[in-house]
Amino acid sequence: MTDTRVDSSSTELEAGAEAGAEAGAVVPPRPVIQIVPLKGLPIVAVILGFLVASIGFNWQWGLDFNHVAGGGLWTGIDLFVGLVVGPILGRLSIPARAEFSARFMPKMVLVMPTLVAMTLASGFQLALDLGNLKASSPNHAWLMVSFVVVGIMAVIALGILEPANIAVLFEMRKPRPNGEVIGKLMKRFIYTAGVTGLMQVATLVIMTRVASQ
Amino acid sequence: MSVPRSAAPAGVTSQQRFAPVAGIAAASLVLVVVGGIYMASYAPRRPPLGVPVLLAVASGVLLAVNVVMLARTRGLAWDKFFLVGRWALLSYVIAAGLIEFAFVRDHTRGGPLVVLTAMLVLFAVNVPLIISFTVARYQSARGDAA
Repeated sequence: MTDTRVDSSSTELEAGAEAGAEAGAVVPPRPVIQIVPLKGLPIVAVILGFLVASIGFNWQWGLDFNHVAGGGLWTGIDLFVGLVVGPILGRLSIPARAEFSARFMPKMVLVMPTLVAMTLASGFQLALDLGNLKASSPNHAWLMVSFVVVGIMAVIALGILEPANIAVLFEMRKPRPNGEVIGKLMKRFIYTAGVTGLMQVATLVIMTRVASQ
Repeated sequence: MSVPRSAAPAGVTSQQRFAPVAGIAAASLVLVVVGGIYMASYAPRRPPLGVPVLLAVASGVLLAVNVVMLARTRGLAWDKFFLVGRWALLSYVIAAGLIEFAFVRDHTRGGPLVVLTAMLVLFAVNVPLIISFTVARYQSARGDAA
């Protein structure tokens, strides 16, 4: 998974570039695509180390930090990408989508799984420590609903979003990327990001409800 | 198990059809997730294991069927499949290890731990399978040539 400069494009991408060239516009060079940004891995390792230590030592502040910071960012990014960036991206030309995706998606490959791990692992530990998982707790039913919501989001994210994300990046690394494949996979990415965004609204309702009981 | 590409109208790109490996892996993943939620809903009590075992076995059967279908697949970009698969596997083994650590730390022992471990193994295999198959199917020689 190394850097590869993509120097050519599909028929649609070429057509877009040629149209731009004919109109006298400056066609930007194709971006370098790195599927997994290696520079980000040490940061992920530090965050996961902090998460493991928080769980291992049952460190209340650490658990709170991981759950609130991770959950807030996860929810915020999901809503913003699904409901704001996604619809805009869907209306862009394929060359514009490809250029945006080449810079955006590698970051998501690292950011989202890290945030999800922070949120879920610390959340489960907090729920245990606070007794919210006990059947007698008034929060028990809410947490069960949140498990189901998170389960659905996990299947969508792991089974559809992430594979589509990585497949787009591989497609864009080809000497001649297939614009139709990129468009099809991006559509899948955008729709599923929208669905998980809406499910995050349900998560917000559940979590604020749990916190206020 | 691969099916020849259907004729496409001129100028329209078509992809080679493959067995529904990603879909079956997703179904297997769903069963594991449901089993995990079921077990977690009993925490901190010991969960009854009948339903989780049934779900884990069904998920394992789907995975086995998937492996057979995958082995019979022709025209897949196997180099990309294994390239993506091994890194994704490493990543999800670490993720599964973290989850296992959390449960062991919370004194999950005996039967529930065995079932949970089996589910985590299925999780750690299914997700990389979905990712690597999705990448490889679009990198396949015939799909690429379209």
